[in-house]
Amino acid sequence: MKEIILLKDGEIALKGLNRSSFEDLLIKNVKRKLAPMGKWTYWKAQSTIYCTPEEPMDLEEALERVKKVFGVAAYCRALVTEKSYDALAAAAPDYLRETLLAARTFKVVAKRSDKSFPMQSPEICRELGGLLLSHFPHLRVDVEQPEVTVMAEIRERGAYLHAGQQPGAGGIPVGSSGRAALLISGGIDSPVAGWMMAKRGIELSAIHFESPPYTSERARQKVFSLIEKLTPWCGRIRCYVVPFTRIQEQIKEGCPEEYFTIIMRRFMMRIADTLARRAKMGALITGESVGQVASQTMLALGCTDIVTRLPVFRPVIGMDKLEIVEIARRIDTYETSILPYEDCCTVFTPRHPRTRPVLETVEEIENRLDVASLCEEAVSATVTHWFNP
Amino acid sequence: MAAEGNTIYLDNAATTRCDPEAAQLVMQMLTREYGNPSSLHAMGFRAEQQVERARAQVAGLLKSDPKEILFTSGATESNNLAVIGGARAMRRRGSRIAVFAAEHASVLEAARHLEAEGFEVCLLPPGPDGRLSPAQAAEAVDEKTVLFCCMLVNNETGAVNDIAAIAAAVKAKNPRTLFHCDAVQGAGKLPLSLKKLPVDTLSLSGHKLYAPKGVGALFIRSRVRLLPLLYGGAQQGGLRPGTENTAHIAALGLACERAGMKMQERFEKAQQLCRIFREKILQVEGACINSPTDASPYIVNVSIPGLRSETLLHFLESRGIFVSSGSACKKGARSHVLSAMGLSPERVDSALRISFCPDNMPQDVEKAAACIAEGAATLARARR
Repeated sequence: MKEIILLKDGEIALKGLNRSSFEDLLIKNVKRKLAPMGKWTYWKAQSTIYCTPEEPMDLEEALERVKKVFGVAAYCRALVTEKSYDALAAAAPDYLRETLLAARTFKVVAKRSDKSFPMQSPEICRELGGLLLSHFPHLRVDVEQPEVTVMAEIRERGAYLHAGQQPGAGGIPVGSSGRAALLISGGIDSPVAGWMMAKRGIELSAIHFESPPYTSERARQKVFSLIEKLTPWCGRIRCYVVPFTRIQEQIKEGCPEEYFTIIMRRFMMRIADTLARRAKMGALITGESVGQVASQTMLALGCTDIVTRLPVFRPVIGMDKLEIVEIARRIDTYETSILPYEDCCTVFTPRHPRTRPVLETVEEIENRLDVASLCEEAVSATVTHWFNP
Repeated sequence: MAAEGNTIYLDNAATTRCDPEAAQLVMQMLTREYGNPSSLHAMGFRAEQQVERARAQVAGLLKSDPKEILFTSGATESNNLAVIGGARAMRRRGSRIAVFAAEHASVLEAARHLEAEGFEVCLLPPGPDGRLSPAQAAEAVDEKTVLFCCMLVNNETGAVNDIAAIAAAVKAKNPRTLFHCDAVQGAGKLPLSLKKLPVDTLSLSGHKLYAPKGVGALFIRSRVRLLPLLYGGAQQGGLRPGTENTAHIAALGLACERAGMKMQERFEKAQQLCRIFREKILQVEGACINSPTDASPYIVNVSIPGLRSETLLHFLESRGIFVSSGSACKKGARSHVLSAMGLSPERVDSALRISFCPDNMPQDVEKAAACIAEGAATLARARR
């Protein structure tokens, strides 16, 4: 018995002339994911990627891995048979036994792209359906909402039988939309924001600001753990760790308390802008959500955006905390995010931050500091770490 | 962080460096005398003898009978067994438990767990000096009180409770009330005689006494009955089944014996360090000491209001000095002890615990105080 994994691409199939480059990228990402398990061969046809193990392998583990590849709309394991109805019929009852015993209703769908196959699709459905009913008399056919859909696919290279296709990660392949820098603090929102943009094909780098001794090694380790948790989805991630102590102390010293947060965020944006441009990245990503905290008001966001000319993506901008938490739980970053270490955003939080900052006032206050050289100093002392899946 | 050899470790209430001889004994027990004390053959017998020897050594430190010493995985287990096992065994006599509010989490949480079993838990707050008064203790006890818990030395402030007086007051009110004392920060540091002290159970921990982590003991007075938390073989009378952790038990025995022998010498050293530190720290602008003046000399709790504990802690770390904010078990959560003592939130949020061992040198604590002064002068205050 030979089994393979089928991956269905989703919206890539809708792409026009670029379609094949999207598919090639998807295959490349899948390969990278499955390669550590052993030798595989891959081919694509009809919006499907066929992954064939060339040595004995744990297919369940392989499914776990492809589950986290963006660009895969659905996936399943499938039985490969000789291209004849008899071969399909001989293998089907055994192969599908467990799935069908657990179900009450089913239907058979046949797809025949090899038109030289002697039976037509409806005929295959009818015959195979009747055969399965005779083996599993408890079943009922339901063509509208079956619990199990048995698929028989007659393709150029062979015949495939499967049931129980699972929804994949969706989105488009990481790397297809270029690279962007995620500002990551250690909270719940930024990893989710990064994950959401990776889903739209963006390859991530991370930028983390730390302020020892106000923040600790544990806080840094927490951010590293979060980045590690993103790698199965996003691939290899580079993290820039920016020393931020001096800047925070200077703002604290030289600016009114209620402007602390807004000015700090402008510094972060400037530094992120420099690092991102230097590495030829096309955008910044943050986990801000309108109105969530005092510094994330519309006017405050306006004051921070103005210091960068890169687009700033904020995928969770319109989401409620609970919606963000739901995703954080799904991608397994939540438990890490809620560890109670101080991060650079919570140190020195003013009691009453300005919720409606006026840009001119902010700029005027900020000009008391030597903004350019402070940023330069931080950028030049930045340290890079790599995280592999 | 700190370069090797440059480290000044002042977090000895969190854990201590294992006595090299105790560590050697562990190695020897693991690689040579590795028999199972329950085995009938000679190797089993030798292992059993080591365990019994350690039991006698622990008993020696506490001035109790070796039969009254039970080995556990540490003070958390000891406290859980005393609190939960004690209360459950007394179930028929009543359902009230009185607990000092500044207890360690392994007592407080065990008591909280008992609430779910229908016990009524009464928390007794410390006075401004961090201690429980005997009068207050007696007031909390009635004929339904089955268990009373009060620690010997508070792990955050070093405040020493007068256990003899408190236990006597409790027993005078209700002789049947079990009295449990968490002596983790006091055993081996302050003289204890369980022949005289009217407590029923008393816990101690290996790694606060220069023995390894993962071993502790519980004194259980003869004829006091506890229900086990674990079920299994017949080891340690079935009260604590499971093959004995022979290597660590032997090391605990050795550490207790040494603690007994050197108690006075170590105590005087701690007093010296503590005095120097207190003097220096009071010269730092804004600094205040949260520990009472007659606290255990092994622990000093200080605050620089406005400067967050974590910040100063990491600042000191960058100078090679390791201290604690509150207690190490809580990783930065706000101290329930200091809050219960009625200190202002500002003072609680800036509390640091400095804890000594006899290996610390006077210049170490002087440097620590100097670095705290430096931090106080240069670090930005979170909120003024």
